[in-house]
Amino acid sequence: MNYSIAFRTIVTKEIFRFVRIWPQTLLPPAITTALYFLIFGKLIGGRIGEINGATYMDYIVPGIILMSVISHSYANVVSSFYSTKFQRNIEELLVAPVPNWVILSGYVSGGIIRGLLVGTVVALISLLFSDIEVKNPYVALSIMILTATLFSLAGFINAVLAESFDDISIIPNFILTPLSYLGGVFYSVKMLPDIWQSISLGNPILYMINAFRYGLIGVTDVDIQLAFIMTIAFILVLTLLSLYLLYKGIGIKN
Amino acid sequence: MNALSISNLKKTYNNGFEALKGIDLEVKPGDFFALLGPNGAGKSTTIGIISSLVNQSSGSVSIFGHDLKTERSLAKSCLGLVPQEVNFNQFDTVKSIVFNQAGYYGTPRKLALQRTEHCLKQMDLWDKRDTISRRLSGGMKRRVMIARAMVHAPKLLILDEPTAGVDIEIRRSMWKMMEEVNQQGTTIILTTHYLEEAESLCRNIAIIDQGRIVENTDMASLLARLHVDHFVLDLAEPLAQAPVIAGYQIERIADKVLDVAVPKEIGLNYLFNQLSEKNIKVLSLKNKSNRLEQLFMSLIDTKSAGNK
Repeated sequence: MNYSIAFRTIVTKEIFRFVRIWPQTLLPPAITTALYFLIFGKLIGGRIGEINGATYMDYIVPGIILMSVISHSYANVVSSFYSTKFQRNIEELLVAPVPNWVILSGYVSGGIIRGLLVGTVVALISLLFSDIEVKNPYVALSIMILTATLFSLAGFINAVLAESFDDISIIPNFILTPLSYLGGVFYSVKMLPDIWQSISLGNPILYMINAFRYGLIGVTDVDIQLAFIMTIAFILVLTLLSLYLLYKGIGIKN
Repeated sequence: MNALSISNLKKTYNNGFEALKGIDLEVKPGDFFALLGPNGAGKSTTIGIISSLVNQSSGSVSIFGHDLKTERSLAKSCLGLVPQEVNFNQFDTVKSIVFNQAGYYGTPRKLALQRTEHCLKQMDLWDKRDTISRRLSGGMKRRVMIARAMVHAPKLLILDEPTAGVDIEIRRSMWKMMEEVNQQGTTIILTTHYLEEAESLCRNIAIIDQGRIVENTDMASLLARLHVDHFVLDLAEPLAQAPVIAGYQIERIADKVLDVAVPKEIGLNYLFNQLSEKNIKVLSLKNKSNRLEQLFMSLIDTKSAGNK
């Protein structure tokens, strides 16, 4: 059985889905982040001065790019897979000889591609406001892909366990967004009191944003190796959990 | 090798409901097989397990010799399913629904396009290939599901109430399509509540009730068990009341229409002799198509009573 064709079919379907609804998927992050750069970077940032040797605009660009990658890779998989469950066309895949790992990798790849595409759009918008010279492109690219992978997997698990459309908005609204904002997008954790610094170090998004910032402008609050180890470890755990859910048929089979 | 072999299949749901209590079933290759039963009897659970949509509790299922547990991919590639309810993405086009399904079965792009075209033409949907599926009529949606189920050329096609809710004209055209598919060598398992449909299409039949197979035989043998045939007679002249003829139960259902229960041991000749003597002229005669329904109800009633 040629599973590569099934994989390509799922990925192509996913790409076609989010491109078809581009006013909902690709345009909003461009507008929102342009406003972030204009208001926080240009208007307010001009009065803040430098953080860790970087201008405020340069400092917030990596975090805003990665925040878009996180939210869109997650949103793509959670909405697509939950809709597939809701409309019951998940049965098309369950009836066919498609192994669970192909289903998972197909949907996660769709999330990664959308995350990276949105990240690229936001990066292009940032060029209108900042002239960053990328310091460590391999670090930046690899942490961006790993982050998109991790949050695509998280979106997949959310979709599998969700029983209503409310369930797919709770985690993005009440967990992802606060963790992203508190992950040092707009500030250095070193600016916080000691107790809040310690609490912030428990936020995994802080490590990813700082690793990406290191990749783009060479500035970080955390150890880069630790950031990679944590991200890869989370990916492994969520992959195993996703495969377990599919194997048991939780949320998708009777 | 059987198209489908089910052995001691059991299913208990998480809420404790025992949907299947040990089913054994065999379907021969090329058969047109009816799986009948009242609502909640276990038909959908059985089909769900065969098509990997429901996890079984115990027992075994093999499709064309491939065990569903140990040779899952091979078993699945032999099977096509037309479910009871519409379950495709209503925002996709007709063509992409069928084409993508071919992809899930590992069909290369060029071949998938050819098969998509063939199946859509066979289902008379080629003109609708670029239509968003939610804009189709109910009958067309069901035909999309048949085309989707056939795009990977399955050896075994399961049709779960494919004609439910469609008008008689579409139902007849779907019967014709199903017969053509079967004649081309595809084994078909059909579940339906239209017993006339099962009677006219299927050669073998199993009846399931309360999680058990209560009857499994060929259609002709089953129908032969009927001791009485019902006929509807159209008369030339109106009658004020039904004639009385010994051995027959005759009911007047309209001025010029009689419903006659004819015991097989007596036959029709004596009936016509008697009617002629009474100067009742019969214009036409038709068999009342509820034979399987009578048997079905008697089997369900008898076996259910026996299980209590």
